[in-house]
Amino acid sequence: MAVMLDLAVQGAQMIVVLLLAPLLTGIGRKVRARLLRRRGPPLIQPYRDLIRLLRKEVVLAENASWLFRVIPYLVFAATWVAAALVPTFQSGLLFSWSADLIAIIALLGSARFFLALAGLDVGTSFGGIGSSREVMIASLAEPAMLMVVFTLALIAGSTQLSTVAAFMTSSDVGLRVSLGLALFALIMVAIAENARIPVDNPATHLELTMVHEAMVLEYSGRHLALIELASQLKLLLYVSLIGCVFVPWGMAPAGAGAQALAIGLAAYLGKLALGAFLLALFETAIAKMRVFRVPEFLGAALMLGLLATLLLFVSRSL
Amino acid sequence: MRGLVFDIAHMLAGGLVLVSFMQLYQDRLYALLNIFALHALVLALSVAWQAYIQDAPHLYVTAVIALVFKAIVIPVVLHRIIVRLGIHREIEQVVRVGPTMLLGMGLVALSMVVMLRVTAEADPLAREDLAFALCVVLLGLLMMVTRRNAVSQVVGFMSIENGLVLAATGAKGMPLVVEISIAFSILIAFIVIGIFLFRIRERFDTVDIQALDRFRGERS
Repeated sequence: MAVMLDLAVQGAQMIVVLLLAPLLTGIGRKVRARLLRRRGPPLIQPYRDLIRLLRKEVVLAENASWLFRVIPYLVFAATWVAAALVPTFQSGLLFSWSADLIAIIALLGSARFFLALAGLDVGTSFGGIGSSREVMIASLAEPAMLMVVFTLALIAGSTQLSTVAAFMTSSDVGLRVSLGLALFALIMVAIAENARIPVDNPATHLELTMVHEAMVLEYSGRHLALIELASQLKLLLYVSLIGCVFVPWGMAPAGAGAQALAIGLAAYLGKLALGAFLLALFETAIAKMRVFRVPEFLGAALMLGLLATLLLFVSRSL
Repeated sequence: MRGLVFDIAHMLAGGLVLVSFMQLYQDRLYALLNIFALHALVLALSVAWQAYIQDAPHLYVTAVIALVFKAIVIPVVLHRIIVRLGIHREIEQVVRVGPTMLLGMGLVALSMVVMLRVTAEADPLAREDLAFALCVVLLGLLMMVTRRNAVSQVVGFMSIENGLVLAATGAKGMPLVVEISIAFSILIAFIVIGIFLFRIRERFDTVDIQALDRFRGERS
């Protein structure tokens, strides 16, 4: 019985992340539009877009291989699993033993690898540009992300997200400069990975500046819907990752009752809304940078992660 | 309580190292001076915290000196100087940011390895402060090596001095007389450098240090 209940909660988490991902994007777009004094699309517009795309027929390029047709499903599945592993409203779920930070990075990495292959598959020049830029960004973002993971693992003594979250809510954490540095590095990585504004513009189809959009230019119909949903899930994943590690308050502990679950869910929704608002605020305040400056931006993230790890060696354990 | 005391000292000293990195990253002169003011501000906070936990009132004087002179007076004067020289919008790129950052990381790692080995039996607070102070000094030196503009060299020089002050306060304070005399010698050095800046500028129409090399005939 208890196993069934655990399974139900884990299933609920998978459904919750899937349902909330377009809403997060919707909130972000709405806030951004309001900040620019536009009215903006309604909050449910991303859902409508997805349903619309699912109904449309798929147009395939003549020389598209089987890989091109399989990749949307692969990318979506990998991202969904990764997003469902991050503790959202409750920690210590049934599959939390596999919710390892390194496993999540590997899932996202494989999704990105397949997407880059898809960009190259049809052989158009835009896809090639997009793939090459995406891989360039990833090759810098991933080490930075790993440095953040090292810092967290050294502090909490584990790479498992539930353990990290439990440690962060306890009073053993203290005041650590390394955590602040890791937070900034993680935010910079999240911005780069989700193709948000200083690195890439998610709303544009301007040839010279796009990265992510260039890769998926050939997709249409349900394939495009899956890829869009995957990128929305990825954004949700990063927001909940930051929420889970750096603001874990309100999250229900393992095996909590219905009331704690309700509080956890409300806190999670609040964190998502706050994350979307801050992201939109940041995006309206900053200009997009040239592609050649992206390595400097991510180099700074890498530097922060490295510094966070180094500073740990001169800490309380002396 | 002991843990929190140490944590705050660690945070402030670590923040100083971080601001040193920000100085290395910033290549616009005007913004560089703002970051230098921030550097001095963090130093003042750090010294004040040390004064509180060591119960050493004279360190408060050090903190005030750092705050007034280095966080307010010198940045304001330097701002004026670069506006008068007309170089406040200048961007300099001698060595690219990436390699400089990597070098800086190497220096931080080096100073930690050295300091933690050498000071094995000292008080943890002093050890941590000394390690960070060495980082700040080395990063200041790196800044002086990688920059060509005379004003950024002055900033590098000043941040080396900040590192020295951090080291001195961490090691159970230093006599006030020494501190004041250091502050004044820095101030005098600053004035001398300021005069030199104008002399260099008058003579070569630039504050680029390479002009001096050329003048000495080291580079054709």
